[in-house]
Amino acid sequence: MSHDATALQLVLSGDPALFSIVRLSLYVSLSAVVLAALIGIPLGAWIALTKFPGRQGVIVMLNALMGLPPVVVGLAVYLSLSRSGPLGAFGLLFTPGAMIIAQTVLVAPIIAALTRQTIEDLWIEYRDELTAMNLGPVGRVTALIWDARFSLVTALLAGFGRAAAEVGAIIIVGGNIEGFTRTMTTAIALETSKGDLPLAVGLGLVLIAIVVAVNALAWTARRAGERLAG
Amino acid sequence: MRAPSAELPIEFDGVTVAAGSVTILDNISLALLPGAPTVLIGPNGSGKSTLLRVAMGLLAPTRGRITWGGLEHVPPLKRAIVFQRPAMLRRSAAANIRFALRAAGIPRAEHARRVYELLELVGLAHLADRAARRLSGGEQQRLALARALARDPAVLFLDEPTASLDPVATKAVEDIIRTVSERNIKVVMATHDLGEARRLAGDVVMLHRGRIVEAADAASFFDRPQTAEAKTFLAGELLV
Repeated sequence: MSHDATALQLVLSGDPALFSIVRLSLYVSLSAVVLAALIGIPLGAWIALTKFPGRQGVIVMLNALMGLPPVVVGLAVYLSLSRSGPLGAFGLLFTPGAMIIAQTVLVAPIIAALTRQTIEDLWIEYRDELTAMNLGPVGRVTALIWDARFSLVTALLAGFGRAAAEVGAIIIVGGNIEGFTRTMTTAIALETSKGDLPLAVGLGLVLIAIVVAVNALAWTARRAGERLAG
Repeated sequence: MRAPSAELPIEFDGVTVAAGSVTILDNISLALLPGAPTVLIGPNGSGKSTLLRVAMGLLAPTRGRITWGGLEHVPPLKRAIVFQRPAMLRRSAAANIRFALRAAGIPRAEHARRVYELLELVGLAHLADRAARRLSGGEQQRLALARALARDPAVLFLDEPTASLDPVATKAVEDIIRTVSERNIKVVMATHDLGEARRLAGDVVMLHRGRIVEAADAASFFDRPQTAEAKTFLAGELLV
């Protein structure tokens, strides 16, 4: 039997080990995207609407952080969470929590940078109207984020794509412990190095299917929303 | 009928607006009084839109002072403006008006009634749930009027409200402007359409190169223009 056929059999048979890995991967990546959104959307909106010295430098830095190397982030988070590090007392190293932190650090700049650009473009369009309505800063930010919600879905998808595909950071801070911190990407790397290609291919198929499904769902929601709201 | 507003008169006293070395408004002294619509006319670039923005309080004069009802620094709570190309919020027509009602601090209990009244006024009640950005140009302009009126303004500034609209849409917008004016809301409107100025103006202020070249009641202005610029403009010749 070919590797692909064995992989498909693993997926279709509902292999418990495989699905435990899929569950943990989704938990880690989705948690990281939610946390990164809570940080990145307000931060991006604030930078878009606020003039301060060095703003251009901050924007350049934020855009550059979108390309943060995962292994460097993994190393930085590892050093922070290790026993002698500043956050060592929390005992998070080699737990899913550490993996969520690492992915949040990777994803937050992506969401913040894309939010900044989206909100700034919308502000140029809305500035006169919102100013004429005598709206305060909180009202402006809320209105802009709400009206940019369909574009911000794209920012969240970009963040989810980064988190779901990432292996370098979480393998360092999670340790790839079977049944505890093993995700799809770390398992694929491990099984490939061991020569167990069916499981690696099966996980790869599931990973691609999830990314496609999430994007399709978001695209459908965006289209429906745009039809209703313009 | 609305009581005379504390916003009026709006008085410009030697107002100059400059951007770098370019003077956009040059030593404007003018009083906008309660009554029929005041129409600002003049060629493109004469300063009409800038004058409206200063009167609305969106732009501070470089020199001179402006007062609303005798006071400086009056927040624009009872003033509203419709821009030449109003931005439609990415929401339904009704939600655009609800947003303006919330921004104006109108109690939530009144929203449904006010939204319906305003959409009825501008003839868009049947499009309440349509996405605002999917409305036609004329419908968007009428929605922008309704959204401005949601603030219950005493003064309504209109910047070329019918520019680029076809005659049917233009008539619909002009009818609304007449209704608004009859409700004792002071309308101050910029246009370079002389026909529209004749149809709507109670008095006319003509601008050219940032200066007022003539200000008079509409009948006097159109029948007996005093300045060479006004005569040229009314004759339909190019005023450069």
